[in-house]
Amino acid sequence: MATMTIAKALNEALRKSLETDPKVVLMGEDIGKLGGVFRITDGLHKDFGEQRVIDTPLAESGIVGTAIGLALRGYRPVVEIQFDGFVFPAYDQIVTQLAKMHARALGKIKLPVVIRIPYGGGIGAVEHHSESPEAYFAHTAGLKVVSPSTPQDAYWMLQQAIDSDDPVIFLEPKRRYWDKGEVDTEGIPAPLHKARTALEGTDLTLAAYGPMVKVCLEAAAAAAEEGRSLEVVDLRSLSPLDFDAVQASVEKTRRLVVVHEAPVQLGMGAEIAARITERCFYHLEAPVLRVGGFHAPYPPARVEEEYLPGLDRVLDAVDRSLAF
Amino acid sequence: MSVKSTAAKPRTPRTGTRGGAKRREGEPELVQLLTPEGERVQHSEYSIDLSPEELRGLYRDMVLTRRFDAEATSLQRQGELGLWASLLGQEAAQIGSGRATRPDDYVFPTYREHGVAWCRGVDPVNLLGMFRGVNHGGWDPNENNFQLYTIVIGSQTLHATGYAMGISKDGADSAVIAYFGDGASSQGDVAEAFTFAAVYNAPVVFFCQNNQWAISEPTEKQSRVPIYQRAAGFGFPGVRVDGNDVLAVLAVTRAALEHARSGQGPMLVEAFTYRMGAHTTSDDPTRYRLDEEREQWEHKDPILRLRTYLEKDGIADEAFFAGVEAESETLGKRVREAVRAMPDPDPMSIFENIYADGHALVDEERAQFAEYQASFTDSTEGH
Ligand SMILES: Cc1ncc(C[n+]2csc(CCOP(=O)(O)OP(=O)(O)O)c2C)c(N)n1
Ligand SMILES: [Mg+2]
Repeated sequence: MATMTIAKALNEALRKSLETDPKVVLMGEDIGKLGGVFRITDGLHKDFGEQRVIDTPLAESGIVGTAIGLALRGYRPVVEIQFDGFVFPAYDQIVTQLAKMHARALGKIKLPVVIRIPYGGGIGAVEHHSESPEAYFAHTAGLKVVSPSTPQDAYWMLQQAIDSDDPVIFLEPKRRYWDKGEVDTEGIPAPLHKARTALEGTDLTLAAYGPMVKVCLEAAAAAAEEGRSLEVVDLRSLSPLDFDAVQASVEKTRRLVVVHEAPVQLGMGAEIAARITERCFYHLEAPVLRVGGFHAPYPPARVEEEYLPGLDRVLDAVDRSLAF
Repeated sequence: MSVKSTAAKPRTPRTGTRGGAKRREGEPELVQLLTPEGERVQHSEYSIDLSPEELRGLYRDMVLTRRFDAEATSLQRQGELGLWASLLGQEAAQIGSGRATRPDDYVFPTYREHGVAWCRGVDPVNLLGMFRGVNHGGWDPNENNFQLYTIVIGSQTLHATGYAMGISKDGADSAVIAYFGDGASSQGDVAEAFTFAAVYNAPVVFFCQNNQWAISEPTEKQSRVPIYQRAAGFGFPGVRVDGNDVLAVLAVTRAALEHARSGQGPMLVEAFTYRMGAHTTSDDPTRYRLDEEREQWEHKDPILRLRTYLEKDGIADEAFFAGVEAESETLGKRVREAVRAMPDPDPMSIFENIYADGHALVDEERAQFAEYQASFTDSTEGH
């Protein structure tokens, strides 16, 4: 067991992958000498050289498009997109090519490409640096989408994503990069696409992922002081999504609140609400509620605290659910 | 300004080297009218003849811009701004090109064009809102024909091209100038902008400030040829100018805008300059570049060389320099006070201006949020 930040856990995971598989290459803007703007690739350029850790030209479509070509040639590219808002120049390559090529080739080719994206707000940034684009990707068949919330998961899930023969959109909760936690680098990791019960409870289920897991755990702690027992499910994987785990939890608690930073409108919560309502209709004591961003552009930094779902907004939804 | 510059004739792409002052060993070929030592030199294709008043004006612009920039950097350090992208070292590229534009021209900036904004008459205070985090823009683009800053690299070059296509359709003789960086030159959007501008013969000047760095990546990571040479493949002229020479930048940009205005289509100007500071206040350049490189560029400082020239030729006296100094103090103070007084936005503003014609879901969420906020206040009061 070692204590490290999520940033360090990701760095260690990349190092391990570079060490164990000579076909792994890292690509991205400023990931070389600088170590990436968040230092996730710190030291890797020095230790593995510029053939393995590649500073690319400033062109996201180019990065993902050439990563696809490298994958066709047998490499396992791990791409870093500098910020969530800058993945869109590559969106065409991701959606029309990366996601569909395996099907187009009748399964004859594999696209083991990982696209790492620091996502979400809460860091006081300017426009395009705080977005949560997960639904765009989860909506696209052919892509897998995951997001760790702890150093332990960051360490293992990134390696599992790199091992995956499918393209994986790997969403890193940037405002949690510096949160510390225990990492067991020896044991057997949980499967990549399974949810995790972050906290057991009996009265209501909070389902979240990435940066909001911490907020939900805080909300559960606050609720506990008022005698309410909340269960927190860390979804970890958004596509595929572990509906069985959510269902099992809801059958126990009979109430579900889904929490994410991304806008509620057609977000992950909408899909979860629909499917859980189908699966658990007779167990539910209240409609599935969603807490998330508004149908508005991500606002300027000085109002992001109001925009982001925090403890109070989560507890407000908990109250509303329990009032049914 | 009565700047006389040679209007470009339609012809094959120029290299910007013919007839230039003799190239120094190891230095790139570029158009130069004022050497780093402050000596006026001639160029066969580009010339300029400015009145003493105009020359002093350029000096004043650069000094005030630098002062504003320094003020913003220190406001960031004091926590008044969340971020700042300094233009330190690029004053000549920005003032020279900005002063080449006419009021009816339209400017599409990146996020670093504080000097161009100054030339366009945008109040510098307004540039700081987005860096403070109180808005995403903060000025009316149409007031000074100066678009909002664009953070997504390269996007604005296409908007500039489209705007220029509109000017052509209208039969107007305005021109457009699109700013972008050396890093941006790799973006697909920029290549597409070049294509559209060429195909439609759009009156747009692509103005690339090659400040040698895109965050931590040197220009060699973006291109095997000098950036201005890219234009040739698209079928329009490209020229490289000494970006730290305000006179050359003014002359070349003037000519490029004239080229566009007179129906000859796009032109690419590469202003060869240097980012003296960090990429932004979040950046740490010690991780990727050597101090010696920066030191070499210090000798090419754009303000210093113009000052030397003004002094040597008796174009400006001590009283003038002292006056500009005093003015920059006043500007610094005004900016400081204005930024500190900038209020945080009302949370309800999150729901403003999302649609021109309104939207039912926005209305619903706005109402819910207002109710939620109110309940919070009520319960606090109740305790
Ligand atoms: C599409 C996109 N990708 C990445 C970024 C992050 N980013 C911001 S500035 C920058 C470097 C830009 O370099 P350059 O074009 O040379 O302009 P400079 O900052 O030097 O003025 C990068 C990579 C971005 N803003 N937009
Ligand atoms: Mg640059």
